[in-house]
Amino acid sequence: MPAIETFDLTKDYFSGFFRKRPKRALDRLNLQVGDGEVFGLLGPNGAGKSTTLKLLLRLIFPTTGRATVLGRELDSVAMHARIGYLPEHPYFYDHLSAQELLNYAGELFGLDKATRRRRIGDLLTRVGLAGSEDVPLRKFSKGMLQRVGIAQALVNDPEVIFLDEPMSGLDPLGRREVRDLMLGLKGEGKTIFFSTHILSDAEMLCDRVAILDRGQLQGCGELRKILSLGISATEIVLENPHADLMAKLQPFSSRAIRTGASVRLEIPSDKDLTQVLEIVLREKGKIASLNPLKMSLEDYFLSRVSDATEQARGGRNIDIRLEGKP
Amino acid sequence: MRRISTIAWHTFKESVRERVLYNLVVFALLLIGAAILFGSISVGIEDVIIMNLGLSSISVFGLLMAIFIGIGLVWKEIDRRTIFSILAKPVHRHEFIIGKYLGLMVTLLINTAIMTAGFYLALAYEQRTLHWADLVALQAVYFILLQLAMVVALALLFSCISTPILSAVFTLAVYVIGNLLNDIRWFGQETGSALVMNLTALIYYLLPNFGNFNVISQIAQGRPLPSYLLVSNSCYALLYVSILLAAAILIFEEREFR
Repeated sequence: MPAIETFDLTKDYFSGFFRKRPKRALDRLNLQVGDGEVFGLLGPNGAGKSTTLKLLLRLIFPTTGRATVLGRELDSVAMHARIGYLPEHPYFYDHLSAQELLNYAGELFGLDKATRRRRIGDLLTRVGLAGSEDVPLRKFSKGMLQRVGIAQALVNDPEVIFLDEPMSGLDPLGRREVRDLMLGLKGEGKTIFFSTHILSDAEMLCDRVAILDRGQLQGCGELRKILSLGISATEIVLENPHADLMAKLQPFSSRAIRTGASVRLEIPSDKDLTQVLEIVLREKGKIASLNPLKMSLEDYFLSRVSDATEQARGGRNIDIRLEGKP
Repeated sequence: MRRISTIAWHTFKESVRERVLYNLVVFALLLIGAAILFGSISVGIEDVIIMNLGLSSISVFGLLMAIFIGIGLVWKEIDRRTIFSILAKPVHRHEFIIGKYLGLMVTLLINTAIMTAGFYLALAYEQRTLHWADLVALQAVYFILLQLAMVVALALLFSCISTPILSAVFTLAVYVIGNLLNDIRWFGQETGSALVMNLTALIYYLLPNFGNFNVISQIAQGRPLPSYLLVSNSCYALLYVSILLAAAILIFEEREFR
């Protein structure tokens, strides 16, 4: 049974005072997130990431379609007892201390006093807030708020954790800390569903990602498959190539970048590679390195988003679909 | 029930940390103290003055607390987005509304008790003692609490749909009109116009009748309240609070938090 499943999940927002005009924020989203999986929801701003999370948490209601978490409908209180949620830009009751906030959260989950005390102590240590438990939250930095936010999302030892932009607004150190925390949770076998627009984080953490753009699923797949989608080009770095050699190689390369004494050439076609190497050897060129260029998550992301833009403009769509796209 | 009491306890803790609350309590106690001064220059009617001023202070400052805190009760949670992490937990939306309401009512109950204690201290100072008959003032305090229960429910309802400033304006407007309902109905009957009569009757039955709870003058003059009034006003307040809370819950259940 998947931990999270959506079935044609759709959300329209209505704007306008007298004549309400619908604006589709999420369009027939079909996703399946497996148990213990770390799933990243990627997309530019306004893509529908937060809308998806808020729909799954029932903070907003779907226009059509439905979804289940841990096999239960979204209005199930029993399901909510088994999940944790960190909102985007978390803001908590600033008159409370971290300990009081976690205690309040624990009480709402119905944890007894002894369990609350034990778990709060463990969590504060885990998120690096031991020693700051009695400081009012209004004195917390953004990074500390993010950490206390994660702690309150974990107070019930959830099976599924929803994190909305968990690294947003954090400095590199804060991002690293949150990333390590998420890796720890992944190690414990928790299912993590998180939205982000920071691709390096997704690349480091996710088992699978889905890319949303303008409310539509552009692609979904296993990260390792995406990253080995194929060698898009081969890069040859030549040391001090003479002008004659460069002129001979020019028809085969899509890009040539000179850096100091070396020149980096991109050869897009595999078929041309043998010929290029023969020319270099014949002309006594010196090869410094030769690397296959693999697709990065950023390349994949950009290709999906630009495809969607082209499609929206009525242009040709280059399909590198993996799965999940209807 | 456990979740409601958790939210109520949290709301109580939140409201007792509001500085405005302490300012209002201090003001109320000062005014009750000043009643001694007014009483001493009003020969022969010292007790009536203290009763009138003291109970009116409890009523006015209780009302200010109910409105000031009530209007931000839900709105603040939405505006600061603290509601997101609460509703993602195993909490029904109606539990949140009822918990918020009860939390503020506990706060008001404790503050009214403090102000009432101040009032009896002032009365004891003036009379050099307290009589059993002075306990009749508790009937007026009870009616003040019933009014506050309705005002908080009103403020909470408006807080679910509007900003604090508009909620304050709406709540205060309903409170003022609610105090004039008997006059409004009389005015309608005097005009002789069927349309005005029906309109004023509609307003009379629709809005909460706060006028029926204004018994301070009667109590100050030492006239105890008939028991039927205690029962009927209690039932009226309970019914009205239930209707207002049900409306707030219905709105809140459908509300989306974007």
